[in-house]
Amino acid sequence: MAAVKFETAMARLEAIVGELEKNDLPLDESLKIFEEGIRLSKNCLKILEEAEHKVEVLVQDKNGKKRIHAYSLDDEADGPFP
Amino acid sequence: MRDLAKHCRSNASESSIKGELATSSLGFPASFSQTIPPKRIITVSELTGLLRSSIEEQFSDIWLEGELSNIRAPASGHVYCTLKDKTSQIRAVLFRSSAIRLHFALQEGLQVIVRGRLTVYEPRGEYQIVLDAVEPKGIGALQLAFEQLKERLAAEGLFDQDRKKPIPAFPRRVGVVTSLTGAAIRDILAVLRRRWPALHIVIVPVQVQGEHAGRQIAEALIALNGLSSVDVIIVGRGGGSSEDLWSFNEEIVVRAIAASHVPVVSAIGHEIDITLADFVADFRAPTPSAAAEVVVPVLAEILDRLRELKVRMGQVMIRRCASERQRLDADIREVVDIRFRLQESAQRTDDTVDRLHKMVQQLLRSWREQVHEVQGDLSHLNPILAIKQGLATIPQFSKRLDGQMGVILAQHRHRVHATLAQINSLSPLAILGRGYSILHTTPSGRVLHRAKDVEVGQELEAQLASGRLNCIVTRVLDDSSV
Repeated sequence: MAAVKFETAMARLEAIVGELEKNDLPLDESLKIFEEGIRLSKNCLKILEEAEHKVEVLVQDKNGKKRIHAYSLDDEADGPFP
Repeated sequence: MRDLAKHCRSNASESSIKGELATSSLGFPASFSQTIPPKRIITVSELTGLLRSSIEEQFSDIWLEGELSNIRAPASGHVYCTLKDKTSQIRAVLFRSSAIRLHFALQEGLQVIVRGRLTVYEPRGEYQIVLDAVEPKGIGALQLAFEQLKERLAAEGLFDQDRKKPIPAFPRRVGVVTSLTGAAIRDILAVLRRRWPALHIVIVPVQVQGEHAGRQIAEALIALNGLSSVDVIIVGRGGGSSEDLWSFNEEIVVRAIAASHVPVVSAIGHEIDITLADFVADFRAPTPSAAAEVVVPVLAEILDRLRELKVRMGQVMIRRCASERQRLDADIREVVDIRFRLQESAQRTDDTVDRLHKMVQQLLRSWREQVHEVQGDLSHLNPILAIKQGLATIPQFSKRLDGQMGVILAQHRHRVHATLAQINSLSPLAILGRGYSILHTTPSGRVLHRAKDVEVGQELEAQLASGRLNCIVTRVLDDSSV
């Protein structure tokens, strides 16, 4: 979901900059989307800052139950899936 | 290609065996003479049995080249066919256990190299070759299988471009289906981490070669599709022989990739290795590292882009504000100008009003003077003056009236006295004074003129010069009766 949010936010931001650079909007409209643009760029930055790096491994045990655990170099036995 | 090379090597090593076979076959009748005493009658079964053991012993492992024909594959799973060349043929059987290991389908007319052992089918007295392995001649078995499956799946539309899903520009969660032991996972993790250091990666470890690899890869894809919010999946492995990569040509893998709702990037072997998984994937990356590059952008670049967009927005707004400011300044100048002109006009207006005021005052003054003049003229015609003059004459007239009235009154008084004396002489009372009386009816007081107007017994009143008399009529004497 966040990925989609970021993607649409970036796309909207690009669109806003393009729109502003065309310079054919009335001033108050321009100010309005400028504010939106500033807000979007802040949000994008926030999404990027808040994202954390995480590597996990999804395995299935003998009973067919799936488990997720953090990845470590010890995982390197080819844990068969399933 | 590797397969062929192997076969070439195998063929080379077999040549010595062929040589041995050749020599032993020369001694074939000799061996018969040793095992069967002359002139001894044997049964068909005995002969067949002897042939069988002899043949099986001597042709236990041979390589044979020929063209496939009369292929039959009954429900049992065994495959029967004939191998032939221009002049000869031999029956062949591929038992189920070997048949299922074939990667490609046997086709009529296909030139093959087979490996097997000869045997005799005793009920029919027919010798045949039991096949262990079949390789298409010219291309490898895997290559042929690849072409066959590719053709079939392409016909189903599995590789169509319009099936391909777009790869998200900014994935948050990336699924990776590969072996944990290979170089591929290290490469992928390293590149992902370098480019986008804030990523959630879910690895599903699988075998990437061998018997179970295909099924494991397919199930891993299904499992990742079952997780929420996996944005893109990398499926792949590092380089290897075409046999090593074979799992990625398996139908179960191709179909699992086709069925994935999450976009799949394939990363199998090196650039030159192309598997069916590559054909069906939404994006084919030439290597695992390349797949990682495709999947995530470089965070630093995105941050740069964000900054750039922000700067551009700011610049646009600053320019815009400056130009608006200029326009405003121009407007203000205009307003100031207008105010200045307004003040001027106001001053002029004040002047004009002033002048008007003076003119009006002047006018008023002159009018007032005119009024005074007219008033002066009018005062001569003042009716009050006339009245006063009139009033002054009244006593004079009154005096004259008085004098005149005295004369007129004396004259009238005189005439009245004379008339009164005349009237008095004509009064009935005066006549009564001379001894006359007047008869009235009572009570009506009517003056009687004729005797016949009264009746006998009627009461009358007689007025005398002094006092009255009540009389009763005793007799009426009319003139006519006199």
